[in-house]
Amino acid sequence: MKALVWEGANELAVRQVPDPQLRNEQDAIVRVRKTVTCGSDLHLLGGYIPFMERGDVLGHEFLGEIVEVGPQVRNHKVGDRVVVCSFVSCGKCWYCQHQQFSLCDNGNTNPMITENVWGSAPGGCYGYSHALGGFAGSHAEYIRVPYADQGAFTVPDEVSDERALFASDSAPTGWMGADLAGVKPGDVVAVWGAGAVGQMAARASVLLGADRVIVIDRLDNRLQMAQTHLGVETLNYEQQDVSGELLERSGGRGPDVCIEAVGMESHSSGPQFWYDQVKQQLRIESDRPIAAREAIYNCRKGGSVFVLGVFAGLVDKFPLGAVMNKGLTLRGAQQHGQRYIPMLLERMARGELVTEHLATHTMPLDEAPRGYDMFKQKLDGCVRAVFQPTS
Amino acid sequence: MRWLIGGAVVVAGGMVARRLLGGTDQGDGHRQRGQTQRRGPRWHVATVNRPAGDVAPGGQLPEPLAGLGDAVEVQLRPAPGDQGTEIAVRLRDGSRLPVAAAARRATGRDPEQAIRAALRESKQLIETSEVLHPDYPPTTEPTPMNKPLRMATQQGRREGRL
Ligand SMILES: NC(=O)c1ccc[n+]([C@@H]2O[C@H](COP(=O)([O-])OP(=O)(O)OC[C@H]3O[C@@H](n4cnc5c(N)ncnc54)[C@H](O)[C@@H]3O)[C@@H](O)[C@H]2O)c1
Ligand SMILES: [Zn+2]
Ligand SMILES: [Zn+2]
Repeated sequence: MKALVWEGANELAVRQVPDPQLRNEQDAIVRVRKTVTCGSDLHLLGGYIPFMERGDVLGHEFLGEIVEVGPQVRNHKVGDRVVVCSFVSCGKCWYCQHQQFSLCDNGNTNPMITENVWGSAPGGCYGYSHALGGFAGSHAEYIRVPYADQGAFTVPDEVSDERALFASDSAPTGWMGADLAGVKPGDVVAVWGAGAVGQMAARASVLLGADRVIVIDRLDNRLQMAQTHLGVETLNYEQQDVSGELLERSGGRGPDVCIEAVGMESHSSGPQFWYDQVKQQLRIESDRPIAAREAIYNCRKGGSVFVLGVFAGLVDKFPLGAVMNKGLTLRGAQQHGQRYIPMLLERMARGELVTEHLATHTMPLDEAPRGYDMFKQKLDGCVRAVFQPTS
Repeated sequence: MRWLIGGAVVVAGGMVARRLLGGTDQGDGHRQRGQTQRRGPRWHVATVNRPAGDVAPGGQLPEPLAGLGDAVEVQLRPAPGDQGTEIAVRLRDGSRLPVAAAARRATGRDPEQAIRAALRESKQLIETSEVLHPDYPPTTEPTPMNKPLRMATQQGRREGRL
């Protein structure tokens, strides 16, 4: 079959790879209809996560049709139109049973890498390096889906492919950020990053009853999108004083909840960008935590900061003093999609959660390297590039 | 520093392989102490999200652990806070020369590696009724750059902190 593979740092190619096979009784094979770029892929693409091999298939946010099921798959049959959670989780271990699906004890076939690097191993993720299980990704004609009853969700007829696609990863990620950060009616919420993840976190905050939601980025097309489609306020950090504006818009208190949806390749127009950029390129720190620092600094006393952006290792100049002295709650997680996807699909069916606007560019899989280039450089207003492997 | 991003994948991969084969739960200091003191084999413990009766029905351990036979001691105890059952396993005979142990580990023939794999596989069998396999056939190909990473992942569930 055809697939988009990682060939080396910043090198992608579409080529033939072997078709996936059922390997376990709870597996399904899905024919991919739509599969989309994610900010997380950029960290792999740039070579910041050194557990990739030449030939690894990228992609983890996807929707398709089941074409084969293992004998222990009970809830799905051939022909089901499904959206699949980006994380591979068993549904039976203690973490899964406590709704912390991305922490699954059994979903990663290479637990030793992350045990050694982070102390213990989260679950697996499609197309996300050998540290997270080495599962082939979804930028391909077909994909193997382990624990299919747990990770694949039938899409209601009234929800289009274009909308349901984002129930795989960005929508549950954003929802989890708002939910686990404790967003409640009356809160002022600030979200750093107006990519799909930040936009979904902002929308979730609105739906959870926040009084004001403020999205921060520098890309005007994304900020405009957030205003139009999510009904939130925005701040352009290159043109406005973020700290001053946040204080002004929160009665001088600071936002109750600050959500970081930028990740390890954070940008800034100030000198700290060059400081972190140089240290990252010299591998003295692995991640640039610029937005995380700002979120912590601007959060109100006793407030809550949630890190949705992916970080891989070590950061520098981390404001632990602010966390401690302001009594903040700091949390992060890979997304627990299985916990939220059924609810999100219902909200999509009711029209409360729209996502189609995120798919700014749709193209055949053959053009995926161009799609990633546009997504990475944020060219032509690209928010997400969607690939259609089998159309 | 645990995090091992290298400027080039080969550097990172090489360090990772060394780290994975050398283990990180005991830093170098510990290892030296261990060598001089010849400390006995440690318990490898995994918690299974099931009551003890499901872990060893009729006293019969799951096949991967039973397969280790008399070479190991196994203890079961309820995990606190309703978290299931703790399975603790250690080698009966711990008086192995560290040099020989390191060599066995590098070649994937260390009995402690077998214990880790058996524990992880037993936990999966009890919790999910099967052992999750990696994708096959692979889409990747060996290159000089990814050799260390491939060596490390070949150890599958046999390494790590367990
Ligand atoms: N936790 C999870 O499970 C999970 C799931 C999906 C994605 N992610 C992560 O979420 C992050 C965002 O993903 P995405 O797909 O939206 O990525 P994206 O690249 O499309 O968006 C990131 C946005 O952050 C903006 N940005 C950069 N520096 C900033 C700064 N200092 N302040 C404010 N905004 C800044 C960029 O302009 C861009 O619009 C990534 O790190 C990704 O890895 C996490
Ligand atoms: Zn993602
Ligand atoms: Zn699990």
